[in-house]
Amino acid sequence: MKQVEMIDISKSYDKQTNVLNDINLSINKGEFFVLVGPSGCGKSTLLRMVAGLEEITSGLLTINGEPANHLPPKERKLSMVFQNYALYPHLTVEQNILFGLDVKKVNKEERKRRLKETAEMIGLTDLLKRKPKELSGGQRQRVALARSVVSRAPLCLMDEPLSNLDAKLRAQMRIEIRRLQRQLGLTMIYVTHDQVEAMTMGDRIMVLNEGKVQQVGKPITLYNEPANTFVASFIGSPKMNLGQAELLAEGKQLIVEDKLQFQLSAQDRIHLPPHQKTTIGIRAEHLYPAANHEATHHLEVAGVEHLGNETLIVFEGIGDQLWSAKWSGQWMVSPGDVVPVSISVENFCFFDAENGRLIKPAYKGQSQEVVAQ
Amino acid sequence: MITEEVMPLNYTEPIEFGKAKRKQRRKILLKGLLFLAPSIILFSIFVFYPMIRTIYLSFFLTNQAGATTVYVGLQNYMDIFTSPIFLKSLKSTFLFVLYTLPGTIILSLFLAVIANEKLKGIDFFRMIFSSSMGVSVAAASVFWMFLFHPSIGFINRGLAALGIAKIGWLTDPHWALLSVSISTIWMNIGFTFLILLGGLQSIDSHLYESAAIDGAGYFYKLRRITLPMLSPTLFFVMTVSVINAFQTFGQIDMLTKGGPSNETNLIVYGIYREAFVNYQYGSASAEAIILFIIILIMTLVQFKVGERKVHYQ
Repeated sequence: MKQVEMIDISKSYDKQTNVLNDINLSINKGEFFVLVGPSGCGKSTLLRMVAGLEEITSGLLTINGEPANHLPPKERKLSMVFQNYALYPHLTVEQNILFGLDVKKVNKEERKRRLKETAEMIGLTDLLKRKPKELSGGQRQRVALARSVVSRAPLCLMDEPLSNLDAKLRAQMRIEIRRLQRQLGLTMIYVTHDQVEAMTMGDRIMVLNEGKVQQVGKPITLYNEPANTFVASFIGSPKMNLGQAELLAEGKQLIVEDKLQFQLSAQDRIHLPPHQKTTIGIRAEHLYPAANHEATHHLEVAGVEHLGNETLIVFEGIGDQLWSAKWSGQWMVSPGDVVPVSISVENFCFFDAENGRLIKPAYKGQSQEVVAQ
Repeated sequence: MITEEVMPLNYTEPIEFGKAKRKQRRKILLKGLLFLAPSIILFSIFVFYPMIRTIYLSFFLTNQAGATTVYVGLQNYMDIFTSPIFLKSLKSTFLFVLYTLPGTIILSLFLAVIANEKLKGIDFFRMIFSSSMGVSVAAASVFWMFLFHPSIGFINRGLAALGIAKIGWLTDPHWALLSVSISTIWMNIGFTFLILLGGLQSIDSHLYESAAIDGAGYFYKLRRITLPMLSPTLFFVMTVSVINAFQTFGQIDMLTKGGPSNETNLIVYGIYREAFVNYQYGSASAEAIILFIIILIMTLVQFKVGERKVHYQ
């Protein structure tokens, strides 16, 4: 069943330029839906329109199958977690959590029961008497979460809730929010600019840029088959390596950035799009290290990052592009070295050279089968 | 090797840090005083010296030029507290504070709350509401004098139109203090409004949005978010207003000259008359000292009481 639907939703502040253009979207009940995009792309505005904090300029928004454009926030049966948590600094944690129930005049027993239940679920039982200023960032985040949970609203909106936390805590809260959402069967709309958060948490992701939907889909689909070069460079870390490619020698040779030559096999030619000029994209993990005799190309190293379990190497000299490679293990190379690598056309995604739209994803499948025990 | 070792350094002689530190501290103090010097000098000339001089004068009788003649000890103070005029002015002053303070705060708060709405052209109203801050006490008093005028005044003519008898706003002992209070409230609203509006605008709008999602109504938000969040500003405004009320002078001088029958003879005006009309510099100084002590105590009490009620972030 559809929990939230948007049909041709647009938003304009000055009646001339749209900050959001014709958004069409449906979000299922119990789904964890992530809105992701660079800052200023309109994702928070879209969320606030769902919450009813921002007017909808045109289009139709339905919540639970009912038109909701005209409904005030309180009648939309949702809860929201703000980026800065919006805790009331003059109230204790307990009063903060119960604020919404106070407003709705929920009776005392029920209030007590829900407070206890929520505090236990989120681990706030010992902090109930404290004021927000006496809490750490992570604890404040939990209070905001508790406030949302205690309302029992079936739809929960989150606006970059983890961006004020440090990396370690963020990773922990990601898991906790996800667990909570599953446990309570909440429908979640989650806004973030962090593609890692989007990839790890979302059932489905919508990528927004400059007020337009770039792609909607499962995280893995977005990763393997990015709809355009924007999604390709936005999703995944490091970003997908891109380069201008041209077909030469009657389609038997592909040359990337006038530098890297690829002789095309018969199989390659079946899968390749017929376009003369394209933009190709290849993921960092598909630039393989190679022994000298099996290397397809030699590239100059511009930078190296050692992460312990893997090594991130940045290559230069491919046109004016910097390409990165992710090699598992520890590789002792240093900037200036020329390193043999193996690159295969079968891992290339092809995009239209003009408008950047995906023509063909990499034809070599990505997924590996795991036999579940 | 698991970690890189830190080599301990062995000093044979202890180093003299203490002396260098003391020297640095002296230097910092000197620099600080240098920067403070302009305000220290100004305050000394215009505040500290007059204050000490006032305390000194309050123990003497003086001639017309203000030179001390006879040392009388605490006699000035004892005279004051048996003087019916001073006691009356003390009472009037407290009444004046009681009349002006709640009115100013409530009206300004109301104006600030409505001027805080995001509406088209709200800047115009904000300007209007704060404009009385830009009007001098003298000009405002003249304007109010005309409003209060018994025969041609706007207020009395309005009353006459409603069939109510004329009121001697500034001449009737029952009304004079109230009239002065009303004009004072008008004069103070600009400043108080501006400070309160500033306080309102510093409240995080997300708090209201969060409450709106929970379904809180306008007055619920006002009571549970706006007022508590505004309490530090309210407290500040209240303290300043009390002090201002105790120091009121200009409008009294312009509107009533302390009359009728000393009904509006507030302390500061009383001090002025004692000193510059009656040439009793000694007892005027003693009154000034008493006023100082009263304001000091009121402010301390406010801080003590306020601290418990005020929420600071």
